[in-house]
Amino acid sequence: MFIKINKKMGYSKPKFKDKYENFINGKFVAPVGGQYFDNTSPIDNSLIAKYPRSQKEDVDNAVAAANAAKDAWGNTSAAERAGMLNKVADIIEANLEEFALVETCDNGKPIRETLNADIPLSVDHWRYFAAVIRAEEGTATELDANTLSMNIKEPLGVVAQIIPWNFPLLMLSWKLPPALAAGNCVILKPAEQTPSTATLLLEKIAEVFPPGVINIIQGFGPEAGKPLASHSGVAKVAFTGETTTGQLIMQYASKNLNPVTMELGGKSPNIFFSSVMDEDEAFLDKAIEGAVLFAFNQGEVCTCPSRLLVQEDIYDAFMKRVVARTKAIVQANPYDSNTMVGAQASNDQYEKILSYIKIGKEEGAKVLTGGEACKLDGEFANGFYIQPTILEGHNKMRIFQEEIFGPVLSVTKFKDEAEALEIANDTLYGLGAGVWTRDAHQLYQIPRAIKAGRVWVNCYHAYPAHAPFGGYKKSGFGRENHLMMMNHYRQTKNMLISYDKNKLGFF
Amino acid sequence: MEYKRVAITDKAIEVLNQLREKHGDLIFHQSGGCCDGSAPMIFEEGDMYLDDSDILLGQLDGVNYYMNQDQFEYWKHTHLTVDITEGRGSSFSLEIPLGIRFIIHSRLLTDEENAELNK
Repeated sequence: MFIKINKKMGYSKPKFKDKYENFINGKFVAPVGGQYFDNTSPIDNSLIAKYPRSQKEDVDNAVAAANAAKDAWGNTSAAERAGMLNKVADIIEANLEEFALVETCDNGKPIRETLNADIPLSVDHWRYFAAVIRAEEGTATELDANTLSMNIKEPLGVVAQIIPWNFPLLMLSWKLPPALAAGNCVILKPAEQTPSTATLLLEKIAEVFPPGVINIIQGFGPEAGKPLASHSGVAKVAFTGETTTGQLIMQYASKNLNPVTMELGGKSPNIFFSSVMDEDEAFLDKAIEGAVLFAFNQGEVCTCPSRLLVQEDIYDAFMKRVVARTKAIVQANPYDSNTMVGAQASNDQYEKILSYIKIGKEEGAKVLTGGEACKLDGEFANGFYIQPTILEGHNKMRIFQEEIFGPVLSVTKFKDEAEALEIANDTLYGLGAGVWTRDAHQLYQIPRAIKAGRVWVNCYHAYPAHAPFGGYKKSGFGRENHLMMMNHYRQTKNMLISYDKNKLGFF
Repeated sequence: MEYKRVAITDKAIEVLNQLREKHGDLIFHQSGGCCDGSAPMIFEEGDMYLDDSDILLGQLDGVNYYMNQDQFEYWKHTHLTVDITEGRGSSFSLEIPLGIRFIIHSRLLTDEENAELNK
């Protein structure tokens, strides 16, 4: 990913309608109960618009629409489905700036990120799944001279997807394309903090899919999310979020004997071996940026490299440069394309992050930079900004063990490979990890020994559609992205065909 | 003197009372992980399956406060106070439609508290 700074440097809050609706059965419809909630922008705490406060009845309607559409949709050709997915990609791409601006307004992340990461990556995920369904095939095996075993992939039918607020359009674009490509109808619930880009997308693609294939329900977790996750009319639930909700969704799924996939976060170690400082050239510069990526997206990333592990012989020299690079981060108006770190997504997140910084200090962590809220002027004074913060401590501290979901880095040193691995794996989670070294043996052996689903080697925070992503341990199970994702949304139909004219002879 | 691991603010008790009126008996469960994790969630009693792996940290105005045993290992030297803040959290926690969110303030246990609670 290369950051290109748009010529138009300054953007401002986009225009919204007063009120938006759910998208059910190919149409925008008001919630049955007629209730709405106010959605605000964390940039300045101003009102964006009203969104439906959906209830069980709305979920029932969406599930019914999806079930009515599933047989016809499941029988469309791969070429037709791929064509529609490509159309969505083209539409997002043609409106990239508009999506980026709305995403920045709704989530608080800087326009620099939405223009260069969120929206272009979303486009690519739609194109990837459009491509794979044209290329993949089922299997057939001749078990003996007269017996053929054919494996045909069939869609599950109707799937429910509940997505988080940290990358609203990108998480939608991780979830919808594989489910649709596999031939399923979907009911998707965006997070209540960030309903906007899902609605904007459906406004632009309303005509692309047959009615009932995509349904978007807005609203709160206990009122709309729970009825969706526990609905007997869905065949699968995919969830990204935290552990307690994950456990509840699995409970509900067990009542329906439904499969689930779970992506529940992490506390990812980012390990720097002393060889990164052998030379002072481009790779060291890249490695320092790799350590500072904890501040990417305000730290609101499930794989935030929030535990920095640095080998002791380079610790002082390396940290001096990491701290300097962190202090150089521009935190200002998120609509300005020079701004690198924007607002946290909501007030409760902001308060939670500050309470973690406080307990970190109490537990004896040393503040290397930041450590406080960031006060901006003018209309931004009402927004939720936290300074990129580096805390030095040890791995038993709570700031090393819990996902803070903010721009807060916890750093410690290690002696050798064994200690690096011991610290890296001393966590409840296992989603991401980073390994940085010039040593050819470490390049392979250390990633293999880390218990995490994604280990970035000499890079971090890359999310290509073509590479599977998912967790070990309490980070969940199942994979997203990559062709293998499709199997989380399909059944295998085995047809066992006999070409033998002769009977078995039992009866 | 009796030592406690968890406490609750008066403002948070008001919210508890409001939720109890609508939903009946409640429990707190401390969440971990992504997004809205690392925060207390409140559910109707019986909604969440609990067993020996959930540690009961204490009772707040009649509401049990649970945490998974794995997480407890890293938290047991700290005292938690449940408070309330404005915010639009997601998750299935019951206070979310009210536009507020339960939040935890932590402090280290004193030596005396630690000696008694973690003996």
